[in-house]
Amino acid sequence: MKPASQRVEFSISAAEKLNDSLNAFLEIDRPGALERSSDIDKAIEQGPLAGLPIAVKDNICVRGMQASCGSRILGDYHPPYDATVIERLKNAGAIVIGKTNCDEFAMGSSNENSAFGPVRNPWDTARVPGGSSGGSAVAVASGIVPVALGSDTGGSVRQPASLCGVVGLKPTYGRNSRYGLVAFASSLDQVGIFAREVKDVAQVLGVIAGRDLQDSTTADVPVPNYTEFLPGEIKGARLGYAKALFGAGLDDEVAAKVNDVVDVYRELGAEIVDVELPHAKYAIAVYYIIATAEASSNLARFDGVRYGFRAEDAPELRQMYRRTREEGFGPEVKRRIMLGTYVLSAGYYDAYYRKAQQVRTLIRKDFLDAFCSCDAIITPTSPTPAFPIGEKADDPLAMYLSDIYTVTANLAGVPGLNVPCGLSANRLPIGFQLLGPYWSEPKLFNLAHAYEQAKPFTERPPIFAIDPTE
Amino acid sequence: MPIQESDIQKVAQLAHLELAEEELKIFGPQMAEIVAYVEQLNELDTSSVEPALGGLTPEGERTDSSRNDIVRPSLGQVTALEEAPDAASGHFRVPKVL
Repeated sequence: MKPASQRVEFSISAAEKLNDSLNAFLEIDRPGALERSSDIDKAIEQGPLAGLPIAVKDNICVRGMQASCGSRILGDYHPPYDATVIERLKNAGAIVIGKTNCDEFAMGSSNENSAFGPVRNPWDTARVPGGSSGGSAVAVASGIVPVALGSDTGGSVRQPASLCGVVGLKPTYGRNSRYGLVAFASSLDQVGIFAREVKDVAQVLGVIAGRDLQDSTTADVPVPNYTEFLPGEIKGARLGYAKALFGAGLDDEVAAKVNDVVDVYRELGAEIVDVELPHAKYAIAVYYIIATAEASSNLARFDGVRYGFRAEDAPELRQMYRRTREEGFGPEVKRRIMLGTYVLSAGYYDAYYRKAQQVRTLIRKDFLDAFCSCDAIITPTSPTPAFPIGEKADDPLAMYLSDIYTVTANLAGVPGLNVPCGLSANRLPIGFQLLGPYWSEPKLFNLAHAYEQAKPFTERPPIFAIDPTE
Repeated sequence: MPIQESDIQKVAQLAHLELAEEELKIFGPQMAEIVAYVEQLNELDTSSVEPALGGLTPEGERTDSSRNDIVRPSLGQVTALEEAPDAASGHFRVPKVL
């Protein structure tokens, strides 16, 4: 293994060089990262991730670095503490080289909602990288870092992973601590991981996962050594296939590629089982009620008093709150706060919020039923490959439908993994998604790794940082 | 139920947002479209379905989330005020309330 300082220098130089064309980073910490890497090179005891350069989405707190969440309202905010996942990564020897661009407060599927400009897809810079963790997906896809962290509330790790051609995991709800992750929708949010290979995702999950007294929703479930399960036998594994998910709205090329993956699994000895998720078609409607309701409550804390931006020329307190929020939040965040406030307001609560929570129960039950007959379910991750910047910017509902295959996992709390499976005719990545029962990450890694071994995804985007020493 | 402009104004007030005239014009129809879309949930009879509460798995629900009440160091006044837009004499300062 090369010295930490050399690996970190490579990542930082690549980030600095490529940021003009990709806009993936909002902050690059050259002096801090180099100092920590030289400390690691001098240390006698080396952690399991010693010298691993990582990029972190700008809604996860890293002490001393910014955490803007892609928003003007937190533009200059520097949190005074580390998120639990960051503390664990640092203790294992990983080095945060920078904070990545994202949709404002993780609300979006294209990264166009960042107050600091859109991130560009390294496969075609006129196209979106997906969102909301687009900067982290791009940092990995363009070879800047081997691993990045994001957050996934409705697909914000898996969908950009799919559009950029990398592996992306949303773990089981309660697997990772949310302490230090700026809250969007607390019952759906999980910190997720990007890497170019499954084994790197598995290794990092083993470091960050587990109970945390700072987050009461982390579950007391043992953390296995995830890399031990690779490569395991997949002969006899039962893979669920829901025909209804391959119908209207799904791009033909994506459907064909994912069906090819099903054939590969069959050849590898898996049994393909028909499953039904009868309420999956209601998932977007349920999601946009629950997520906006939780967001309207969580984002009430941004009031210009304790941190972040405050509007000037507001001589009275309430006026100050209103102007600060009006000037500090972008349009999508305001739209979602409005929707969330509406569905929670007197007279509408039962009709919308309670109804959505009832359908959420049905969606969870769909998964429990399906997993009685299979070990994992295969679906597309995104209905289309990366779309052009601007295409859906004025049509929020069309944008929301980009998440149709991913939101169910957040509503049910189950883990989901995107795995790249080829390129479209115009050289844009396509990915498939594996969904499993609660705590089935080892099984998902094993299935994904088996596919990766059979059909390695070795294509590289036109914008890719090549390490001359490798 | 169609969303009226008066609904939008009321919601903006509840959400502490001072929306500009042009935002009210854009948000109205967009919210109406999204609300019309979510109304498809009414196709489902959920009269006997318990609402899901939170996102916990069964293992998460069983996890004892209480902890011992131990005194631990906290941020402290100086650090806690460092990011404030306006701090004075060890306090957060805000415009007049009344």
